Amino acid sequence: MAVFNQSRNITIQFIFAIVFIILLLRLIFLQLLSDKYEKLATDQAILRKVVYPGRGIIFDRDGKPILQNVSMYDLMVTPAQVKGTDTFTLCRILGIDTAEFKKRIITAIIKNSRNRPSVFEPLLTPEKYAKVNENLFRFQPAFFLQERPVRSYPFKSAAQVLGYVGEVDSSMLKKSNFFYQMGDYAGRSGLENYYEKILMGQRGIQYILRDNFNRPIGPYEQGAFDTPSVAGRHLHTYIDIEVQELAEKLLSNKVGSVVAIEPQTGGIIAMASSPGYDPNELTGPESRKNFNRLFVNPALPMLNRGMQGVYPPGSTFKPLGALVALDEGLINPQFGYNCFGRYGPCGKPACTHSNAGHAANVKLSIANSCNSYYAHVFRMALDNPAYRNIELGLMQWKNYMTGFGLGHRLGIDLPGEYAGYIPDTARYNRVFRKGGWNSCTIASLGIGQGEIQATPLQMANTACLIANRGWYYIPHFVKSIERESASDTILHKFRKKIKPLHIHDSTYQAVIDGMEMVVTNGTARNAAIEGIAVCAKTGTVENYFRGKKQQNHSFFVAFAPKEKPKIAICVVVENAGFGSTWAAPIASLLMEKFLTDSIAGDRRKAEVERISKVSLIPARIRQELHVRDSINRVKDSLQQIKNLQLQKRNLSLLKRQ
Amino acid sequence: MNKQTEIIGKGTDQQVVIFYYLLVSIGLIAIFSVEYRFDDPFWETLIGLKKNYSKQLLYLLISTVFAAVILLIDSKFFAASANLLYFLGMVLMLLTFVIGKDISGSRSWIVLGGGFNLQPAELCKVFTSLALAKYMSRQDTDFTKTRSHVIAIALALFPALLSIAQKETGLALVYFSFFLVLFREGLPANYLITGFSVAVLFVTSIVMPLQYYNILIGIVALIIVYFRWRSIRKKYTRLLGILLLAGFCIGIKYFVDYIVFDKILKPYQSERVLSMFGKSYVPKDEARLALFQKEQAEGKKRDYSYNVKQSKIAIGSGGLLGKGFLKGVTTQGDFVPEQHTDFIFTAVAESFGFWGSTLLILLYFFLLLRIIRIGERQRSTFSRVYAYSVASILFFHVFINIYMTIGLMPVIGITLPLLSYGGSSLLTFTTLIFILLRLDLDRQTVLR
Repeated sequence: MAVFNQSRNITIQFIFAIVFIILLLRLIFLQLLSDKYEKLATDQAILRKVVYPGRGIIFDRDGKPILQNVSMYDLMVTPAQVKGTDTFTLCRILGIDTAEFKKRIITAIIKNSRNRPSVFEPLLTPEKYAKVNENLFRFQPAFFLQERPVRSYPFKSAAQVLGYVGEVDSSMLKKSNFFYQMGDYAGRSGLENYYEKILMGQRGIQYILRDNFNRPIGPYEQGAFDTPSVAGRHLHTYIDIEVQELAEKLLSNKVGSVVAIEPQTGGIIAMASSPGYDPNELTGPESRKNFNRLFVNPALPMLNRGMQGVYPPGSTFKPLGALVALDEGLINPQFGYNCFGRYGPCGKPACTHSNAGHAANVKLSIANSCNSYYAHVFRMALDNPAYRNIELGLMQWKNYMTGFGLGHRLGIDLPGEYAGYIPDTARYNRVFRKGGWNSCTIASLGIGQGEIQATPLQMANTACLIANRGWYYIPHFVKSIERESASDTILHKFRKKIKPLHIHDSTYQAVIDGMEMVVTNGTARNAAIEGIAVCAKTGTVENYFRGKKQQNHSFFVAFAPKEKPKIAICVVVENAGFGSTWAAPIASLLMEKFLTDSIAGDRRKAEVERISKVSLIPARIRQELHVRDSINRVKDSLQQIKNLQLQKRNLSLLKRQ
Repeated sequence: MNKQTEIIGKGTDQQVVIFYYLLVSIGLIAIFSVEYRFDDPFWETLIGLKKNYSKQLLYLLISTVFAAVILLIDSKFFAASANLLYFLGMVLMLLTFVIGKDISGSRSWIVLGGGFNLQPAELCKVFTSLALAKYMSRQDTDFTKTRSHVIAIALALFPALLSIAQKETGLALVYFSFFLVLFREGLPANYLITGFSVAVLFVTSIVMPLQYYNILIGIVALIIVYFRWRSIRKKYTRLLGILLLAGFCIGIKYFVDYIVFDKILKPYQSERVLSMFGKSYVPKDEARLALFQKEQAEGKKRDYSYNVKQSKIAIGSGGLLGKGFLKGVTTQGDFVPEQHTDFIFTAVAESFGFWGSTLLILLYFFLLLRIIRIGERQRSTFSRVYAYSVASILFFHVFINIYMTIGLMPVIGITLPLLSYGGSSLLTFTTLIFILLRLDLDRQTVLR
C-alpha cells in the first residue's frame, strides 16, 4: 500500500487518545471536582431512622406499676399494593366509607410515596384490632399491623400527677433546641414531663439502605454507624396507689384535693384532685378528642388542685400563728385570751365565732380554733416592741411564713406548681398608702383569711414541718431512679433536709399537743382513728367568687401518729362547709388506710361509701356543666342524624352490590 | 493433545490474552457487585446459575473453549470463508424479520431454545470485519478508485441498514466504525470530513429550532457566495452547487425532525437524544403525538433523564478512592437501570472510584494500541484490515458506552466490551479478538 497511509495509523491512535483524554477529564470533573453526587447518592439510598425506646415505667411504693407501656397497633398501608385487596371488608371493619378510604390512601401517597408504608389508621381500638387481625389475610400485603408501645395506667388513677405524653409542638421544638423532632412524643405534664429525660431513654439511630423503590434492603454498612437506643429508666415513687385511689374515690362528686406526705422523707403518698379523669383517655386513638373535651370542661379536670389550687388557709393556719408568737416570746404556752366569740379591740367586731370562752391556753385555743385568740396573737406579732414599726413587724412575720414554706414554690417534682401568696408591706402600702394601715386593718391574716393564699401542698408541708419539729424535705414523688448514677442530679434537691427556722422543740410540742386535742376533744373529734394519736387542725374558709360570697371551703390539715409521724395530710373540699364535716373524715379515713393498710370496722367502711356518694359540686360549676351538656346534647343529636344518613347510604351501596 | 496445546501457546500474543482476561474478570466482579446482597448464599447462587454473575461465568467458560477452538483452526479458513459467512450473517439478519422475537422493543433476536437467544447483528460484526478484510485484500481491488470506496462502504453499512430496520440503532452505529478502517486503508480524508460535517449538521439541527437553523444556513451560504464571487462569475453553475448544498443542509433538518426522530428512532430514544441537549421531544407524527399527549395526560410519562442522572450519581459519588467493593449504595439499591449490562461502568466507578475507572480506561486504551500494533506488523492486508476492524469496533463500543454513562452521549443500548453481562456480546468479542490472534500467529504468510 501507499506509504502515506502508514502515517494514518498515528492519526487513528491520536483519535483514540483524544477520546480517552476527554473521558478522563470528564471523570475528573464528576468524581473529583463535584461533590454533589456523593450527597445525592447518600440522600436517595440511605434512610436515617430514629428508633424510639420504650418509656420508663413508674412504680408505686410497693413496686406496683402505675404507669406502664402496652402494645397497640397501627394499621399500615402500602398504597402501591392496594389493588385487588378486599377494601370493602376493611372499610366495614373500620367503619369508614369508600370516600374516606380514598382520601386516606391519597394522604398516604402524598406523605410517604406509593411504595413506602404509611399509617392508615393509628392505634386501633382493641375491638377493631381483633377484627382486623382476624381478617388480615384478606388485606395483605397492602395492609399490615405495626406494633407501637402506648402508655397505660393500670389503676386509672393519679391522672394529674402522672401526666400524659403527647406530640411535641413547635414551641417545645424550639425550646428543646431541636433535640426533639416533629412527630416525637414527649411528656406534656406531670411526672411524665418532669422526668422526661429519664423516662424517654435515648433515641437510637439506624441507617438503613434502601432501593430505588424506597424499600429497605438492609442495614447500611452492617450497622457500623448505628447508635443503639437505650430504654427509658423506671421511677420508683412514694405513691401508695391504694391511698391514692381511695382519695380519688372519697373526692368523687366534689371539687377539692388531697395531698398526703411522708414527713420523714418528704415523699408524697397521694395527691388527688377532683374532678379528675381516667388517664387512659389521653392515650390511644381517642386521645386528641378526649384532650379537647377535657380541656374545655368548666370543672377543670386537668388542673392539679393539690398544687395548683390556691386558697386562704383559714383556721388551718392557726398553729403557725401560735408558733410565731411563741418563738418570738410574745406569749408562753399558758397564755390565755378571753374569747367572746368575736374580736372586739379593733372597733367593729370581727372574726365572729360560735361557742365563746375556750382559749385559756395555746392548746385549748388550737383545739377550739378560737378566732379572737389568733387575731390577737397576730396583732401582737406585728406590733412587737422589738421592732420599730409595724412594717418591720410584718416583714418579720413574713420571714416566718417563708420559713414555713408559704408564699413561694416548694419545688415539687411536677411542672406548674403555684406559689401561693403571703402579703408584704409593699402590698398594703399600695392598697392603703403608707402609714394608712395598722395591725387592726389586716388582723384577719391571723386567722388565715384575707390576702394570704396557700396551696394544699404547702399546707400539707406545714404539717410535715410541725410533725418533724422544725424541718422538712421538699415534697416529691420519686424515691429513686433505676440505675441511678452520679450524673443524675435531678433528685439531689429532694434529699437535702430543709430547716429554715430555729424554733425550739418545746415550742413545737405545745402546738402539737394542741393539734392532738383538736381530735381528742376539739373541733374534729370525728377525725379520730382508733389506736393512733392524730394531730390535726380544721379550717372553714370563707371565700368569694367574682366578689360574691360562696359556701365555705372545708379544710383539714393533720399528721399521724403524734410520735414518729408517718403521714401528713391536707384535705380541701371546695364550697362544702365546715372543715370538720367533710375534710376531716376524709383525711381520717386516708390516714387510717395508709397507717393500717385497711379501713377498720363496718361503720368506717360505710362512711367511705357515704362520703364518696355525696355530691358537693358547687352550684356555680354545676350550672356551667349543665350549659355545656345541653350544647353537647344538641351536637350529639346532630351527629346521630348524620350517622343515620351514613348508614342509609352504606345500606343502599350494599344493595346495589 | 500435548502437542496441540503447544501450538496454541507458541507465539500467541500474550499481552492481548492478559488484557482479555483482566477485563472479563473485572466484568465478572462488577456484575457480582451489582447483584450480590450481603445475605445471599454465595455458593448456592454461583452453582445454581440463578444469578447473572454465575451465568456470565458460564459464558466465559464457553468463550474460552470457543477461543481455543478458533486458535486451532487454520488461518486460511477465515479468509476463505469470509464471504460465505458474511452472506450467512445477512441471511440470519433478514431471518429475524420473519422468525425474530421481540425483546425490549426490537426484533433482533432469534430464539435458540433453552433460554438462550442469538442476536445476529452482534455476530455480523465479525462477519463484516472478515468480509471487509477479504474485499480489501483482493488482488484486483484498487482502493484509489471511488468504485471500490463505494463497494467497501456498502459492505460495511449494509448490516447497519438492517440493524436500523430492526430498530437496533445502537448496534447500527457501531458499523460506522469501519470508516476508521477504510481511512487507514487510504480512504480519502474527504469522506471522513464530509461525514464529520454531516454529523455536526445533525447536531446543529437538533439543537436549533427550524427557523434559526434555516437563517443560519442562509447566512453561511451568502458568506460562501461572497468569498467565492470571482469563481462563481466564471462559472454560474457553481452558484447552483452552493444552493443545492444549502438545500441539502435544510433537507437534513427536515430529515432529522420528521424522519429520524419520528420514524427511525423509538419515542423513548428520541426523548433521550433530545433530553441530552436539554430539549423535550414533541412528536410531529400525528399518531405518535396523540399517544404522547395521552401518556402525558395520564401522568405516565417517564423521566428519560433518570438513567443518566442515576448513572452520574453512581459515578460521581465514587470519588477518588471509591466506596469499596459491595459498598456502593447506588448499586446496592438498584438505582441505575440496566446496570449489569449497558451501565456496568457505573458499578466499577462507584465501588473503586477515580483510580479504578482510570485503570479500567487505561486497560482498554492499551488493548487498543496493542491491537493496532498487531495490525501494523501483519504482512497480509487481510490480517491488517481485520485487526483495524477489531480495534475500531472495540473503540466505538467503549467510546459510546462510557460516554453515555457519563452523560456526554445520548443513552443508546450498546455494551461495554468484555465487561457487560451477556453471552452474545462476550462471545462476539471473544471471537473477534481470538480470530485476530489466530491470524497474528501466521503473520508471515500472505492471506487472501
